[in-house]
Amino acid sequence: MIQALAFYLFATIVIVSAALTITARNPVHAVLWLILAFFNAAGLMVLVGAEFIAMLLVIVYVGAVAVLFLFVVMMLNIDFAELRAGFVRYAALGAVLAIGLAAEIMVAFGAWSAGKIELARRAAPTPETVPNIEAIGMLLYTRYLFVFEGAGLVLLVAMIGAIVLTHRDRTGSRKQNIARQNARRPQDATRNTQPTVGGGIDL
Amino acid sequence: MNASLLMSLPELVLSVGAIALMLVSAWGGQASTRLVSWASVAVLIGAGIALMGPASSGGSAFGGLYRADAFAAFAKVLIYGASAVAIILAPRFFAIGSGDDLRPEYPVLILLSAAGMGMMVSAGDLLTLYVGLELQSLAAYVLASFMRRDVRSAEAGLKYFVLGALASGILLYGISLVYGFSGTTLFSSIATAYGAGQSLGLTFGLVFVFAGLAFKMSAVPFHMWTPDVYEGAPTPVTAFFASAPKVAAIGLAVRVAVEAMGPATDQWRQIVIFAALASIIFGAVAAIGQTNVKRLLAYSSINNVGFVLIGLAAGTQEGVAAVLFYLTVYIVMTLGSFIVVLQMKDSEGQPVETIASLAGLSRSRPALALAMATFMFSLAGIPPLLGFNAKLAVFNAAVHGGLYPLAVAGFVASVIGAYYYLRVVKVMYFDAPGEAYSGRATPVESLLVTLAALFVSPVGWLTLGALGVWTNTAAKALF
Repeated sequence: MIQALAFYLFATIVIVSAALTITARNPVHAVLWLILAFFNAAGLMVLVGAEFIAMLLVIVYVGAVAVLFLFVVMMLNIDFAELRAGFVRYAALGAVLAIGLAAEIMVAFGAWSAGKIELARRAAPTPETVPNIEAIGMLLYTRYLFVFEGAGLVLLVAMIGAIVLTHRDRTGSRKQNIARQNARRPQDATRNTQPTVGGGIDL
Repeated sequence: MNASLLMSLPELVLSVGAIALMLVSAWGGQASTRLVSWASVAVLIGAGIALMGPASSGGSAFGGLYRADAFAAFAKVLIYGASAVAIILAPRFFAIGSGDDLRPEYPVLILLSAAGMGMMVSAGDLLTLYVGLELQSLAAYVLASFMRRDVRSAEAGLKYFVLGALASGILLYGISLVYGFSGTTLFSSIATAYGAGQSLGLTFGLVFVFAGLAFKMSAVPFHMWTPDVYEGAPTPVTAFFASAPKVAAIGLAVRVAVEAMGPATDQWRQIVIFAALASIIFGAVAAIGQTNVKRLLAYSSINNVGFVLIGLAAGTQEGVAAVLFYLTVYIVMTLGSFIVVLQMKDSEGQPVETIASLAGLSRSRPALALAMATFMFSLAGIPPLLGFNAKLAVFNAAVHGGLYPLAVAGFVASVIGAYYYLRVVKVMYFDAPGEAYSGRATPVESLLVTLAALFVSPVGWLTLGALGVWTNTAAKALF
């Protein structure tokens, strides 16, 4: 009962917020609706027992992708009105794509109901008794340790690369030197002068 | 676990060394470049020493993810050697070149790339394959655009990144198909699945995996990025691209073809034969009109990959041994040619890259011209230089594998390739001298170029016996 209730709650919010994502006029609002949709999709995943995918949705999609997108939308001056122009012109193409997508979904359902794919030989069958996050963790840190460390090195290279390609020492910039500011004395910084009338000051 | 760690000792040495040197460069800054460069060469030598012991004979590590056998060890020796040369060549180029100075991250990135290449040639699982490939490629993208102020270098990096990402996507799609239809990512189990019978999904997976690998080794029809990237990247980086990653990509392709998809030899052989012939012919024809020596060497690398693939197409132990022998000779010739290209500087010390500027080199720099001529004759496959033996070995393997038409076609196409190599020799020896190059080679560069020229010259025949034994032992590890 409570599961059915939760399902309808999450599913309704996913559909409503997805619809609002594409209809919202303000792009920042659209991204916020998208984040709400992701959260509720994660709720749906928890309901079907795929808690790992639920966590991925929250961490990867909400935490990284959507927030990154929000930054992009807010920092870059993108003219969304211009992007939306030409709706009628491309409506036919859009319809074809939509029909194609619908057909793919139907084919996928057909394949799914036809039976499981060949997984008999797989290295690590899904354990029945252990929650799937625990099962993935046990594989990741034992059997696939080597590859996991390798993936860590890939991220390190990405970080080094980003710094190498973008970091530059700005020699011309005037950084604040607090110690120097505090050590500055009035007698070093100011000077009393007695200018003659019409003579001006020598600086 | 301890045994596994011992077997992957070369990668451990490289990655720990790279991280330690990264810290040194973070604190030492620009001034530590020289120290980090030489320390990186030492790390590469250390990784090479670590290859003796379980790393070359241990078998499977990490539950089959990693293979420590003679094949991997042989390929790693070539990779580490080429990486060390790329590090040694760099400081002088960057000091004189118009772009930024050399920064200590350069050798560190090459070390990490070498670790990735080691993972590639040791892969026993599709996951190791992919992670190794990405580690190598990601470092390579950064290296290609290392001269930030140079527009061509930035363009090369961007182009390499976009097309490399596309190749990774193709490869991953193939991997997902293979996994979906065989239910495993382990090479040995995939071989069982291929042996169990025909499946459309497995065949599609094989085609996509080979397309992705062809991209990484720049075989036609997936070569289009090569000339632009080779031309734009800093010359020492180009020398690196043309040597070590080629060995890794081809070693990986051989391992996938033989270990994972061995029962499907008839299926991949068609792809490899097509890629081989297309690479040889296209690499030869397209190089004829080139005026830039780096582009010429890029097409030369495409051409040579074609010959290597003839050895793979044979699909036998002899074929794999021929592939390894060809690769050895090829990287020596290519690195030698690039050291000569590094000497090409005008009176202001700026690098020049036109073939026309080589005119009269025989009179202004006779030793350099002789070395370049040796490399060109050897790349063209003219006896008694070692390039001929390499071509002979792959053709022999193809003939013994029953692929007579392939061997004949490859032989005929190598004649087309000879034209543009000989044109370089003609420009050096018979054209009126132009402006002489400024500067002298450093002692290290002279030593390397002399060693390379001696190796491909008839003196190199002395090494043939030992090389034959090693390549055979290495190839035997796969069968």
